[in-house]
Amino acid sequence: MATEAGGATGEALSPERRAFLTKISLLLVGAASLLVAVPIIGFIIGPIIRRFPAIWRPVGRVEDFKIGQTVKVDFRDPSPLAWAGVTAETAAWLRRVSENEFIAFAMNCTHLGCPVRWLAEAELFMCPCHGGVYYSDGRVAGGPPPRALFRYPVRVNGGVVEIQTSAIPIG
Amino acid sequence: MRNLLKRLIDAFEERTGLIKIMSDIARHPVPPDTGWWYVFGSATLVAFMIQVATGVALATAYVSSSGNAYDSLQFITTKALMGNLLRGMHYFGASAMVLLVGIHMGQVFLMGCYKYPREFNWFTGVVLLFLTLAMGFTGQLLRWDQNAVWSVVVGAEQAGRTPVIGDVLARFLLAGKTIGGATLSRFFAFHVFFIPAIIFGFIGIHLFLVLHDGISEPPKSGEPVDPATYRSKYEKLVSEKGVPFWPDAAWRDVVFCFAVVVAIFVLALVFGPPKLDNPPNPSLLARDPAPDWYLLWYFAVLALIPHKLTTPVILLAPLTAVIVLILVPIVSNRGERHPRNRPWAVASVIIIVMMIGTLWVEAIREPWSPDFEAQPLPTGVIGTNEGPVVEGARLFHEKGCEFCHEIEGFGGRRGPSLTWVGDRLTRADLTVRIMNGGYNMPAFAGLLTEQQLNDLVGFLESRRKER
Repeated sequence: MATEAGGATGEALSPERRAFLTKISLLLVGAASLLVAVPIIGFIIGPIIRRFPAIWRPVGRVEDFKIGQTVKVDFRDPSPLAWAGVTAETAAWLRRVSENEFIAFAMNCTHLGCPVRWLAEAELFMCPCHGGVYYSDGRVAGGPPPRALFRYPVRVNGGVVEIQTSAIPIG
Repeated sequence: MRNLLKRLIDAFEERTGLIKIMSDIARHPVPPDTGWWYVFGSATLVAFMIQVATGVALATAYVSSSGNAYDSLQFITTKALMGNLLRGMHYFGASAMVLLVGIHMGQVFLMGCYKYPREFNWFTGVVLLFLTLAMGFTGQLLRWDQNAVWSVVVGAEQAGRTPVIGDVLARFLLAGKTIGGATLSRFFAFHVFFIPAIIFGFIGIHLFLVLHDGISEPPKSGEPVDPATYRSKYEKLVSEKGVPFWPDAAWRDVVFCFAVVVAIFVLALVFGPPKLDNPPNPSLLARDPAPDWYLLWYFAVLALIPHKLTTPVILLAPLTAVIVLILVPIVSNRGERHPRNRPWAVASVIIIVMMIGTLWVEAIREPWSPDFEAQPLPTGVIGTNEGPVVEGARLFHEKGCEFCHEIEGFGGRRGPSLTWVGDRLTRADLTVRIMNGGYNMPAFAGLLTEQQLNDLVGFLESRRKER
């Protein structure tokens, strides 16, 4: 007896049973795919939801920084993976505003994230990528940046200047 | 011996049927006179195969760890046998693939090959175009030097502009909240597994559809595509005048693909791979990150558009490009195919090529980037070696003016040339502009003393054709 499927001539199952077996097969394929997909997707999006501890990193003693000067300070990520190597290093522009006040600017231009440079004589931050310019207090002075430079939390703790590690500022 | 071999082949064929299938595919009839315009698709495929082969070889020595990748690339480039050549071939293979996929798409568009019944194959081609660009971008990042690290940040910042999910997208690309140990592994997996797997799948569909719908015949003026009659006309053409694909049509593909392989090899041998930049240390800030040449033109777009349009362009330009390309066969899947009868099609290709070419040239010149290497003006340019004009020239350099304005060839091109600014602007004009700044220029009020302002204005006033 001819069947609907490909001209096979064997004894066919009833249409109801074939419909049932089709559904149950598709269900099993779907369930098996889900079992494999869940850990894969969870693993791939894991870094997005991984907790990111905020750690205060010492960057120098208070007396190392002159009032009115802006300097680059280097520090490490809060919890670098063992194989991160030099990519765990990061930096900020630290400005000593007064005796006890410091500002730590993110090094990323708010336009597209390129590293801004401090021009000490001009007292300006400049971005090499598209010419964004910022004043010494981080305000936009010219060019495409949509907002002022981001700032990291900074404090003086026992005579030591500390910067709180933060995410790369996005948007 | 010959008999044994024949028996082995027969046994293999009796059990698999593969020889007949491959032979049928190779000898399937194609329209006559396809000519040299039809070689770019197969050449793109060959470039991809070179990428797979050289990429697999490179992966035997490349260490996809953020801390070691740079050193492993140094080893591949300077110590491994033929490593420098292999890296060069992978780079020029990528360049060839991008170039050829663009030419192939242009040819298919200009000849109207995307029209009925090949609309779906155009869609798969569009997907392959963007996957090729994604391979280019992720491949550049695997160089994992200072430029690569900052390019990741620039990419994440652009993803971060997406409304609502921007932050999540950026973190997804970075594999965390900062550049770190997980970032490179992620891009390595994208470049070596995820994207190539999708490319393989789409190439399979693309080639299947080429066989299913047949290679499009060269367009003839006055013979428009009519879906109601096209298939029967095509069947008649190939059955009456068709020639076997192999070797009657394929020999041109072989010749051109050979030329492509030789070109990639020779370019790699002569020029070598791109030089590695400084190590991937995000605390090293003296870097102007830029993409490889095939995406450089887009970097120019972001520099030249009005600042307020940055986010809309970042979000909508790629989306618009995808939508427009998808719409091409939906809007026009019938009618004339010959470029002579489709002036708008020809005009749009010329405009796109000119636009990308112009942006590309501008991106190489990079006039929007301050010239941090600008040296103090020489005495010959200043015109004197004493007095306030000299002091003004010193301030012109020290205060960063020279990074953006050139004088007699010295300095940046971010702002207008000030070589003869004394002929254009009065003392009052100069003072107002310096103090108040402008669209791209900082206001120097508060950054200059009165004496410094006087000296600077005096120097600029002295920039005249006739002194």
